[in-house]
Parts: sequence; C-alpha cells; structure tokens
Amino acid sequence: MPRILAKETLAPDVVRFWIDAPAIARKRRPGQFVIIRTDETGERIPLTIADADPAHGAISLIVQAVGKSTHKLNRLEPGDTILDVAGPLGQPTRIEPGMRVCCIGGGIGTAVVYPIAKGVRAAGGSVAGIIGARTRDLIILEREMSAVADPCLVTTDDGSYGRKGLVTEALRMLLGEGYGFDEVVAVGPLPMMQAVCSVTRPLGLKTIVSLNPIMVDGTGMCGGCRVTIGGEQKFVCVDGPEFDGHQVDFAEVAARLRAYREDEAAAMDRYRAEIASA
Amino acid sequence: MAKKITQKVKTPMPLVDPDVRRHSFGEVATGYSVELARQEASRCIECKNMPCVAGCPVEIDIPTFVRQVASGDFDGAFQTLSAKNLLPAVCGRVCPQEDQCEKLCTLGVRFEPVAIGRLERFVADYASACHLPVTCLSPTSHVTGTGRKVAIVGSGPAGLTAAADLAKLGHSVTIFEALHKPGGVLMYGIPEFRLPKTIVESEIDKLTGLGVDIKTNHVIGRMFTIDELFNELGFDALFIGTGAGLPHFPSIPGVNLIGVYSANEYLTRSNLMKAYRFPEHDTPIVRGKNVAVIGGGNTAMDSVRTALRLGAEHAYLIYRRSRDEMPARAEEVEHAEEEGVEIVLLAAPTELLGNEKSRVRAMRCVRMALGEPDASGRRSPVPIAGSEFELEVDTVVFAVGQGANPLIRSTTPDLPVTKWGYIVADPATGATQKPGVFAGGDIVTGGATVISAMGAGRRAARAIDAYLHRLPARGHVAADVFIST
Ligand SMILES: Cc1cc2nc3c(=O)[nH]c(=O)nc-3n(C[C@H](O)[C@H](O)[C@H](O)COP(=O)(O)OP(=O)(O)OC[C@H]3O[C@@H](n4cnc5c(N)ncnc54)[C@H](O)[C@@H]3O)c2cc1C
Ligand SMILES: Cc1cc2nc3c(=O)[nH]c(=O)nc-3n(C[C@H](O)[C@H](O)[C@H](O)COP(=O)(O)OP(=O)(O)OC[C@H]3O[C@@H](n4cnc5c(N)ncnc54)[C@H](O)[C@@H]3O)c2cc1C
Ligand code: SF4
Ligand code: SF4
Ligand code: FES
Repeated sequence: MPRILAKETLAPDVVRFWIDAPAIARKRRPGQFVIIRTDETGERIPLTIADADPAHGAISLIVQAVGKSTHKLNRLEPGDTILDVAGPLGQPTRIEPGMRVCCIGGGIGTAVVYPIAKGVRAAGGSVAGIIGARTRDLIILEREMSAVADPCLVTTDDGSYGRKGLVTEALRMLLGEGYGFDEVVAVGPLPMMQAVCSVTRPLGLKTIVSLNPIMVDGTGMCGGCRVTIGGEQKFVCVDGPEFDGHQVDFAEVAARLRAYREDEAAAMDRYRAEIASA
Repeated sequence: MAKKITQKVKTPMPLVDPDVRRHSFGEVATGYSVELARQEASRCIECKNMPCVAGCPVEIDIPTFVRQVASGDFDGAFQTLSAKNLLPAVCGRVCPQEDQCEKLCTLGVRFEPVAIGRLERFVADYASACHLPVTCLSPTSHVTGTGRKVAIVGSGPAGLTAAADLAKLGHSVTIFEALHKPGGVLMYGIPEFRLPKTIVESEIDKLTGLGVDIKTNHVIGRMFTIDELFNELGFDALFIGTGAGLPHFPSIPGVNLIGVYSANEYLTRSNLMKAYRFPEHDTPIVRGKNVAVIGGGNTAMDSVRTALRLGAEHAYLIYRRSRDEMPARAEEVEHAEEEGVEIVLLAAPTELLGNEKSRVRAMRCVRMALGEPDASGRRSPVPIAGSEFELEVDTVVFAVGQGANPLIRSTTPDLPVTKWGYIVADPATGATQKPGVFAGGDIVTGGATVISAMGAGRRAARAIDAYLHRLPARGHVAADVFIST
C-alpha cells in the first residue's frame, strides 16, 4: 500500500503529499492523474499527479479539502498509507519541443497546470505563468511556477497580493505587450476556464483546458465522466482530461458536477459530527 | 440401465418472498438443503452417452458429480467439480444452464432436465460452509516451477481461469487488474442479490492459495504497455482478458442529463462501491422514484432490480422487441416481475427531457412493431409513426450493449483487432497475431457469458503452456522491482 512520505500545508485546506509510488513516478507524464481510495468504505477520487521524483519513487498530490473524501485524505499523516492508488491515468499533455505556452492556474487548478508548465520547459519550450486566487492565502505554488515560468504573474480578486483582478486581465495584458503564444493552457474553476476561452477564441489562439467531472473507475468502463466536445461524446478519464477549450460544453460539465450536491453535503455533515464526537 | 422417472419437474429452488426481497440486497435464491439436493440429484438417469457434458464449456464430469450428490458424498462431488471448474459457486448461480448443460440433458427431452446448476451451487456452498479443501488445487499436486512468467491482464472469469490453470502447470503467474478488487463483472456488475460478493472473494482466494499474485490498481496500457510487460518486466507470455467494458449510449437528446447512467456505472456504484449502503459507504447514487432501464439482457435485468432495491416506486424495463427476443434468462425476467418490475415491451426512447437543474424528468418513447427478420434472424423493431408517449422518470439507465475498451489496443499498435475493436484471436487457442500474446473472454467475443469466458481462459492456458515449452531457454529474468505499488 502506498505510504505517505511527506505532508505540507500550502494554503488553508490545501495540502501537498509526497507518496511512495515508484512505478507511477517512473511512468507518469504531465497531465496525468491517479484515482485513489483512502479506506475500505471510501470513494474513488481522481487527483492530478502534481509532480514526480522518479529517483526516489515518489509522486506528489495537491489536495484541496472540499468534501468528505478529500477531508479524510487531508487528515492522513506521513507514515500512513493510502489503500488504493491507481495510475497514471488519462492522456499526457501534448507537448511539442520548443513550444511557447501561457499556463494559467486558478486556485487548486495551479496544481494541475504546474506539471504541464514544468513539462513544457523540460521540452525546451517557454512558459509564461499566471496564477490567480480569490485572496493572498489561497495562492499556491508561486515559487514552483516562478522557477519554470517567465514572467510569472500573480493575481488576486481582492488585490491582497500581486495584481488585483482576474487571470483574464493578466492574460490580456501579456497579449497586449506582444507576447506570442502557440497555446494557452488554463486550469481552474469552470467559469475561469470559460472566461479564458472567451478571451482567446476571437484571436484564434488555441486553448487547452483540463476538465474535472465526477469519475468512478477512470478506465473508460462507466461513462460517468462523459462530456460533450464539439458535439461529440468523450470520456474524460481516457480521452482527456485535457480538451480544446473552444469546443467544450461548459454548462453541461458544470451541471453534471452538481449531480450529488445534497448527498455530498449530508456525507460531509455526518463526517464532521463523527470527527467532533471522536 | 435407465432408471424409472418418478419426478418429472425440477425440485424447486427456495426463494425469498418477493415482497421481502424487493427491498433487500440479500440473495434471492437461498439454495437447496441436503435433502432437496439429494432428491434432485437422484433424478439423473445416468444415461450412457451423457450429452450434458458436451454442453458445459469447461467439461465438468456432470454425471459423476450428480451421482456423488445423490449418494451423499458431497466432498467427492466437490472434488469432481473443482477438477474442472475454479468457480463452481459462481457458475452454479449465474450460468445460463438452460442454454448449456441442461439444454442437452436427456431428461429434458420429455420432462424438465436435471437442475445441474442448482446442484453445482449446492455442492460449492456446502464445501465452503464445511471448509472442504480443494485437493486438486492443493500445493502437493503442483508441478515443479517451470521458471516461466505469465502475465494475465484482467481478473474476470477468463483471466482467473487462465491464471489457475497456468499456475497448476507450474508457471509463475501475475494478474494485473485495473480496479481495486479482482473479479471483473462478477465483482462490479452482477449484483449482490444474485451473486454475493463474499462468494466471489472466497472463490478468488483459492487462486492466491495457488501462488498467483494479484496486482490490483494496475491499468495495463497506462502503467505498463503490453510490450513493457515483455521487455521490461520479463514476462514470457501474456493473456488478455479485459472484458467488453465500454458502455454505449444511444444518440438521442438528453443522455447527459443528471440521473442518466450507463448500466456499468449504475451497477459499479451499487456493487463495487456499495452505494446502496451510502452514507456508511462514501459513494452516492441517484435513488430515483421512477426509474427506467433500457434493454432486455441480464445487465438490464440486474439494473432494474437494483433500482427497486434502491427504493424505486416504479421500476420500468423498456425493451424494443417482444418478450420472445429478450436475451435475459427467463428465470431472471420472472424474478424481476414477481418483485414488481414493470416491463414495457416494443418501445424505445427517443428523447430525455430535463428540468431547470439539468436533472432528467421524463422520457419520450415511441412504440415499435416487429418487422422482417434481419441478418441475425431476429425480427427488427420498426417505430410506429404517431405512437409517441411520455413516461415520468427521474433516473434512466442504459443497458443497450457495450463495446471494447480502447486502452490496450491504442497502446499496442501491432495487436490486430476487428472493426469493432475486439481482439482477433484463434477461438481454439486464444493466440493473437502478436507472438506470445493470447486473449479470450468478452474482449474477443463481445459480451457473452461467465462460463464461455472461463472456457476461453482454459483453452488459452493450454496453448500458453505449449507455447512456453516451445520457447527457447532465457538467460536473464528481469526483476520485479517496478511492480511495487
Ligand atoms: C482529472 C481530475 C483531476 C483532479 N485533480 C485534483 C487535484 O489535483 N487536486 C484536488 O484537490 N482536486 C482534484 N480534482 C477534484 C477532486 O477529484 C474532487 O475535489 C474530489 O473528488 C471531491 O471529493 P470529496 O468527497 O472530497 O467532495 P464531494 O463532497 O464529493 O464534493 C464536494 C464538491 O466538489 C464537487 N465535486 C464532487 N466530485 C468531484 C470531482 N470528481 N471533481 C471535481 N469536483 C467534484 C462537487 O460538485 C461538490 O460541490 C480532480 C478531478 C479530476 C476529474
Ligand atoms: C450486469 C451483468 C450481468 C451479467 N449476468 C450474467 C449471468 O447471469 N450469467 C452469465 O453467464 N454472464 C453474465 N454476464 C456476462 C459475463 O459477466 C461476462 O461475459 C464475463 O464476465 C466476461 O468475462 P471476462 O473475463 O471476459 O471479462 P470481465 O468479467 O469483464 O473482466 C475484465 C476485467 O479486466 C479488467 N480490465 C479491463 N481493462 C484492463 C486493463 N487495461 N488493465 C487491467 N485490467 C483491465 C476489468 O477491470 C475487469 O475486472 C453479465 C454481465 C453483466 C455486465
Ligand atoms: S459450469 Fe455451467 S455449464 Fe458447466 S455444468 Fe456448471 S452450470 Fe452447467
Ligand atoms: S444428460 Fe441429464 S440425465 Fe443424462 S447424465 Fe446428464 S444430467 Fe444425467
Ligand atoms: S470514470 Fe468511468 S468512464 Fe471515465
């Protein structure tokens, strides 16, 4: 069973784990994810492989606690094991040598965009980075992104850190300054990815987004992760998670993410009560 | 000498009352008692040419085991079964016996055939209740290690059978399974009320006893490609038994509304993830009041009966042909109706309608008439113009067939597949056109049966053994270090 080697808090409710998973560390490529289950009654949840250290056989996962499964996970400590870790899953990011990419991460989406940025750099490309969040505390991976991106801009909605405003404004600014990109990669909340697409669409600037539908198996067997891309049905776990943002039916993705709202809230309340009484 | 026939019909199987079982995931059929089993077994007339055996894809010595049951030698009967069948407790429950062994039973010509499946189940359950050892699988009967390594991809009935047979022949066998539990459809598809998961688990435990190493959470094509299994991990031969797990959705509006599932997802949530025990188990499932399941096979039947147990007030089964064409086992259809499933024949959905929250609220259907027989000889359904009707539903489950998962074929370009993506393999040996790679079960035939998948696993194991004996001796064996998660 994969063991947790290290744990570090990056922001409120956001934790970075390093996990002992040598085969995955060796094999994974930017853009891929794992599906984990913390315990016997647990749910299978997808998490991006945020980084890997093949020499030490470790992968890193950056987890934002949003519901019961992620809260349970984030309570684990170094030395604890995770019952199941399956991966790498999904298609790796398509990285061409020497490409110029603008990597945009919103909130926890930065954990997904960072390995892509690092991969682009490793292939001799150039990266401009934009990371955004509601407020200063929620900015993650600034140091890591700065190491691979130049420039690396930070935006906060409330102006508590970096530029005040949205990531789209920073993108407009870079474009206005004459930065040329072969591609934009945007990962974050759906409205953010949609907003980036509406900036790039009129420019014909290719924009890749990473989708996060609810998954079960992650092998293409259940179809629960289906999305509509350019009118065609795709399974995010095998065909994605990255797609041409200009083709994505965002409204459908958003609606499907709400499928279990009430159940999730009930599970979380119950879990809080359990923790409190323990 | 033929015996005198005293009982013309099968000894009935005790069943839980429909009103109780429609709310329970407990097993529907409770199994023969010792008395009932001996009574049924004594119906066998021990006919000389024993046609029943030819109907069993794994060639169980049916007359012998049935005779042993009749005489009360249940241990003997279990050893007879186990000599040919790794999963008797499973097959006794889910084999479509009426189309296989029992179809050919001599008694069946004039009366009802011997209930071979029910007897098989009885013996397997008796053995497990009494912890009878499986002598044919015990370590003493092992051949000495051959030093050859075989990888099995997928742990459904095909892979499990191939693994057991190869291990018995002395090869070192590793199963790679994508999910967190082995068993394939037995684990994620067929519901608890028809096949309790503890039974599947204990049958699979026999394999571990044989020294087979089962690696769960290993998605082949992603973690290792087929070529990497040979070149980096040092396997000498490989069996692919990955099943037909790609769900199909019809091209009608509304299939992506909330509350619309493939049968695979619906059943996986309920069986593998135990969503019926939410919130003790974390995985949720939509518990619809009005559930429509589309299809007419075993998968559809399992889904609609699951819907009832999840609390549906109306569980509809919508099938586009007539009852005669339904591919599901007659017994399952009967059980479903007893439990209150409402079967709507000769109808098909044309559109799913959603509410303001994108949840499905209704299904528009059209009535069908049966037209001329098509290429397969079945009369194909034709929509009747103007016959549309609407059904109020909050959950829809599509069980309209499945296809081949692309993970392995897309990462193994030199493995020939059919135009539907199924692997091309010799039916007698499972050999594919890629040297050392064998395949069998649903990934070759398309959705079929547990026992046919097991038969394919067995034939492939035989061929793999022969292949390994022809293989020149190998110098070095790659270390296992990389298979360590
Ligand atoms: C390919 C992929 C990569 C991902 N990578 C990461 C990552 O690196 N770090 C990270 O923190 N999260 C990531 N996610 C999201 C993560 O899987 C979900 O946050 C998690 O499943 C929520 O489970 P829960 O029980 O804690 O929350 P729940 O109580 O189940 O849900 C809480 C909230 O999250 C939403 N939600 C439910 N399930 C999912 C889901 N599968 N994906 C997204 N939102 C969901 C619900 O709409 C709800 O509002 C990724 C998702 C995908 C599909
Ligand atoms: C709901 C349902 C009910 C059924 N009822 C009956 C019945 O009553 N009687 C009957 O005889 N038959 C029944 N069937 C059919 C029967 O279950 C199948 O024909 C049989 O299970 C096929 O066996 P298999 O070994 O080929 O594949 P499967 O049982 O499908 O197993 C394949 C396994 O391979 C794994 N896998 C797939 N891809 C990979 C990969 N890339 N790497 C690693 N592992 C992988 C899968 O996770 C799975 O565990 C039913 C099927 C369903 C879906
Ligand atoms: S395994 Fe199936 S086909 Fe063979 S004897 Fe048993 S029930 Fe009949
Ligand atoms: S065919 Fe029927 S009666 Fe004859 S041996 Fe087989 S089970 Fe007995
Ligand atoms: S998660 Fe089941 S098909 Fe993608």
